Amino acid sequence: MPMQKHTRLILGLVCLLVAVWLVAPTLVVIPMSFNANKSLAFPPVGFSWQWYENFLTNPDWSSSFFNSLKVATLVAVLATVLGTLAAFGLDRMRSATASGILRMLLITPMVVPGVVLAIGIYAVYLDAHLVGTLGGFVLAHTILAIPFVIIAVSANLEVFDKRLETAAASCGAGRLTAFRTVTLPLILPGILSGLLFAFVTSFDEIIVALFISNPYLKTLPVQIFTSITRDADPTVAAVGTVLFLATSLVIAGGLLLGNRRRKS
Amino acid sequence: MPAAPPAKGARKAPRFIAGPLWLTVPALVLLVAVVGYPLLIIVLRSFSEPAWGVQNYVWFFGTPVNLVVLQRTFEVSAWVTLACVISAYPYAYMMTVVGPAMRMLLILCVLVPFWVSGVVRTMAWVILLQDSGVINSLLKWAGLGTVRLIRTQLGVVIGMTQVLLPFMILPLYSVMRGIDLRLVQAARSLGARPSRAFLQVYLPLSLPGVYAGAIIVFILALGFYITPALLGGPRSVLLSTLMQNQVLSLLNWGRGGAMGVVLLVATFVLLALAAPLMRQRHKQGARR
Repeated sequence: MPMQKHTRLILGLVCLLVAVWLVAPTLVVIPMSFNANKSLAFPPVGFSWQWYENFLTNPDWSSSFFNSLKVATLVAVLATVLGTLAAFGLDRMRSATASGILRMLLITPMVVPGVVLAIGIYAVYLDAHLVGTLGGFVLAHTILAIPFVIIAVSANLEVFDKRLETAAASCGAGRLTAFRTVTLPLILPGILSGLLFAFVTSFDEIIVALFISNPYLKTLPVQIFTSITRDADPTVAAVGTVLFLATSLVIAGGLLLGNRRRKS
Repeated sequence: MPAAPPAKGARKAPRFIAGPLWLTVPALVLLVAVVGYPLLIIVLRSFSEPAWGVQNYVWFFGTPVNLVVLQRTFEVSAWVTLACVISAYPYAYMMTVVGPAMRMLLILCVLVPFWVSGVVRTMAWVILLQDSGVINSLLKWAGLGTVRLIRTQLGVVIGMTQVLLPFMILPLYSVMRGIDLRLVQAARSLGARPSRAFLQVYLPLSLPGVYAGAIIVFILALGFYITPALLGGPRSVLLSTLMQNQVLSLLNWGRGGAMGVVLLVATFVLLALAAPLMRQRHKQGARR
């Protein structure tokens, strides 16, 4: 669309402002993590690695980090298996109404207000003695992650040519062989991105985790939340910076791998 | 129940590894156990604790404080949605007209917030908004004096808008990307001024994206808990915080449950109202 010069200028400025607004909170965390004082006042004073040391050595921080890693890994595997199966079932269902209704049901965890669900789960877990257990965390996070897997895998299944399965079958492949050698490799990108989403969903989940944590088992977001509400501890900034760098590396690695695969 | 469907599915579709319905059963069982049953418990307790009846709802709608908080929750959600629409619209439009490298950069800016955990991001807003924070330092430096942002409703809206902005930009961008810009050129060549071409051609075509993004943002904002809890103060309490308070501090599951049901009903009523708008979007997509 042809635009007048000043329209373009104003538009550019507005976009710059929105971009800064989006990115600033992420970047402000990095300088804070090297603060020499135990305060979150900006600008930080001096330079020190002490908050990174604290993250690595303080058992409160390291144990909650490993708890999150454990829960998120289990959730990623479980949610990917259940979500992929469900996406298949929905894709192959003959009744469009039935598959539409089931899909909507399976997606509801995304729209149910977090606190309402968290308090409901808390009530059930209190009776079932699941508060502060690994199993309790994995179950709750899995159901929150399944919608993301279903969406990612369904997007791949929609463009998958089902005649390929027929072709494999007519060449004598059994159903499982056809699935393993033809279908699975073709929808693998969807499954992998579902896996990644499931991992991140669990690793980052806070509301349900806040309710079902106890002193024996809490995840990293819960530790961060309690730390923020209790005192101004720059360790949070150090953790944020580490997570930011780790995610950047994973994404950059994924992009590089994707590029190389496309070239070869 | 799980035994019957696979046999039926296997008979009708022999080439597939199992009956389609059977494949969704594990996820559905988990859904019923971890979402359905807990929500049912909330609804039940709202009617049964401490005694059977609707006394919790009578209390909720009869207590002025609750109504103030309920109204505030909707107000904050509306402000956040409006702020998201206003800031996302030019941004998403820009994404459709710039070159590929610039577009990559703009998309990156939308995705970067997701790279840092949500709680850390809210803490960053504490750093930015506090009285000795970045924004107030900048304002002071510019000679504009200081504004109280943390523990106010304005601070909550600013923080929530940033967290929810990507959910507005992405659907808006996906709709705008499909708009044929030649239609706007045609309007211009027929003598329409730029503003008129925008208002009568481009804006209506982009509205489905605005509706889709706005409904997602509004619904997510209604149930927001962490950002208001950390950025808000006693005078900007939202319904989610009030509900948490009833259950955890006062151990009043009945009243907390009633608040939860109010939030749930509001969410699903909004979704039901939005469904026709979403369907309209699909139809338009098909026509294109």
